[in-house]
Amino acid sequence: MSHLPRVLMKGNEAFGEGAVRAGCRHTFAYPITPQSELAHFLARRLPEIGGVFVQAESEVSAINMVFGAAAAGARVLTSSSSPGISLMQEGISYIAGARLPCVIVNVMRGGPGLGNIAPAQGDYFQAVKGGGHGDYCQIVLAPASVPEIIEMMILAFDLADRYRNPVMVVGDGVLGQMMEPVEIEPGETRTAPAKPWATDGQGDRPAPNIISSLNIVPEDNERFNLDLAVMYAEIRRGEQRCEEYRLDDAELVLVAFGTVARVAKAVVDRARRDGIRAGVIRPITLWPFPEDSVKRAAARADRFLVVEMSLGQMVEDVRLSVEGEKPVHFFGRPGGLVPTVREVCNEVKRITGVMPGAEDVPAATGVDR
Amino acid sequence: MGLVTFREERCKGCGLCVEFCPKKIIVLADHFNVLGFHPATATDLSRCTGCGICAWMCPDVVIEVDWNGGKPPGERGESPA
Amino acid sequence: MPKTFQRPQALTDKPFHYCPGCTHGIIHRLVAEAVDQLAVRKKTVGVCPVGCAVFAYDYFNCDMIQAAHGRAPAVATGVKRVLPDRVVFTYQGDGDLAAIGTAEIVHAAARGEKITTIFVNNAIYGMTGGQMAPTTLLGQKTTTTPHGRDRETAGSPLRVAEMLSTIDGAVYVSRVSVHSPRHVRLAGRAIKKAFEVQLSGQGFSVVEVLSTCPTNWGLSPREALKWLGENMVPVFPLGEFRTPSAEEAIEC
Repeated sequence: MSHLPRVLMKGNEAFGEGAVRAGCRHTFAYPITPQSELAHFLARRLPEIGGVFVQAESEVSAINMVFGAAAAGARVLTSSSSPGISLMQEGISYIAGARLPCVIVNVMRGGPGLGNIAPAQGDYFQAVKGGGHGDYCQIVLAPASVPEIIEMMILAFDLADRYRNPVMVVGDGVLGQMMEPVEIEPGETRTAPAKPWATDGQGDRPAPNIISSLNIVPEDNERFNLDLAVMYAEIRRGEQRCEEYRLDDAELVLVAFGTVARVAKAVVDRARRDGIRAGVIRPITLWPFPEDSVKRAAARADRFLVVEMSLGQMVEDVRLSVEGEKPVHFFGRPGGLVPTVREVCNEVKRITGVMPGAEDVPAATGVDR
Repeated sequence: MGLVTFREERCKGCGLCVEFCPKKIIVLADHFNVLGFHPATATDLSRCTGCGICAWMCPDVVIEVDWNGGKPPGERGESPA
Repeated sequence: MPKTFQRPQALTDKPFHYCPGCTHGIIHRLVAEAVDQLAVRKKTVGVCPVGCAVFAYDYFNCDMIQAAHGRAPAVATGVKRVLPDRVVFTYQGDGDLAAIGTAEIVHAAARGEKITTIFVNNAIYGMTGGQMAPTTLLGQKTTTTPHGRDRETAGSPLRVAEMLSTIDGAVYVSRVSVHSPRHVRLAGRAIKKAFEVQLSGQGFSVVEVLSTCPTNWGLSPREALKWLGENMVPVFPLGEFRTPSAEEAIEC
């Protein structure tokens, strides 16, 4: 039982609070809805603690400021929402290619194009499959509550520094606007590990440092890519994270992340009242995808239902993990809508056939693929 | 009297030192260097004043200039062009 | 025996990859000499562009970063905001700075970032094969303006120094050239002054250096210098467009 004082905090502010607790003192960002409170929070907070907030002229510029600050050795953050993250893809590829650590927050909104400012998860592919050019991966974390946002932000900075790789933390408009109690930790923040590779001026080093993503000789670039592959394999082995909810005896496994995972848990509780043994796998790391957990579940469950706020993106990773062993169903609300507990329950009943007359349940306004 | 030395293996034979030498004592040699260029060389070092203009105009930092008397060129107030 | 000229410490010993007679080498040397004269090599971080100078990180003997095309001023901003006591410079060509990176340079200047930009303007894209640059002269033939740059279809050359000099945060803005020994010396003084402005903490400093591209201009190195003096200087007049109020103007 916690005795720490608690305050109500908004999700978007929690991204900033988590960054501060992680020892981040530099943030470069361009305004975009629905993540604005994050920038407002840090623009106020960082100068109070000796940090720097710079409003860039574009997301393109913001991510390159992040590149420079990371090269200089700082724990550095940028945040944006879907269209802005698209603009950052060039820079993220360069950051991955230059082996620089940084944290990028994407409070996802409905797309494609300008879309809208409502919550969505349509950037899953972009986040986990490498949104920019070339063979690279970024670690992707998906918190599902305000306290977990803080926890994930601290983890994000640690993982970024451990692997010298960009880490993205994804949320959505619901998570960003949601207010939940978080514990106030007394002042202590983390610091970045030593970075002897940083371009912070040669100083007493015997030779200058160079940070570059250029490997002009194909053999050199292949070697670099193969080195990345070794690191990515290590991350896949060691960094898969997920929450398993009522999974032990589950015949039906719902897979959902972020805001939708909260819906999925409520669905499972209701389904169990109806006699359906259901459980949830909530990926916390979207990359590496928690395939080990899904594979274990596939050995004993009858079927899967993936629920997303998209046309179905993570469902592909679930199917890859299940490897055809069990049916994998999908239900999604794309374009900025959150699936309701009721409509997901109906979908559960439809695919399990448990409830009499399930075939008569009208098709929900969602996507079934 | 000045003394110019050329790192011949780096010369690309662009001829800018030849063009701007006030004493016209630099030429491109007949032979080829390792890069396949005719490298610059001084013909009559006794006439070299060590002014350094050849080195200023060399895009490949091929030339070093020693000066053994008088003020170095940058402090003599001459107008080389 | 004192050396009157020797390789600056702020250059590595690696030979430049530039074409014969390309004045990038002269400009590299002037930047290195400024760094040496101010004794800041060990606290200097350079940011190099995409373009012919993409390998500049191999030539400058200080910490170096290779940036995405046009983004060097943003990268330099990130470095400088983390390490305000370091000397940070960008080295950019006309495609990098004046086309794809226009927003980055304008806003770095507008924020008054305490960085120094060396802008090398040779009125053409060198590395990609002699295409039109934003600074290509009217009538100048390039591989993408084979009949000469036409104002109607391809617009007019962008005068970067003049444009940046309208920005309050840009404390030092000058344009120099390297087409003669005298101009090389003046260019060296302007570059040094730009670094001094950064060290004084007054704001953004930029030196536009008119440069040649003998290969893509289709001229010999000597003809290229002459062409620069006769054709580029009238369009891109030399001089200081903005100086710190306390500073006295120098000849460019």
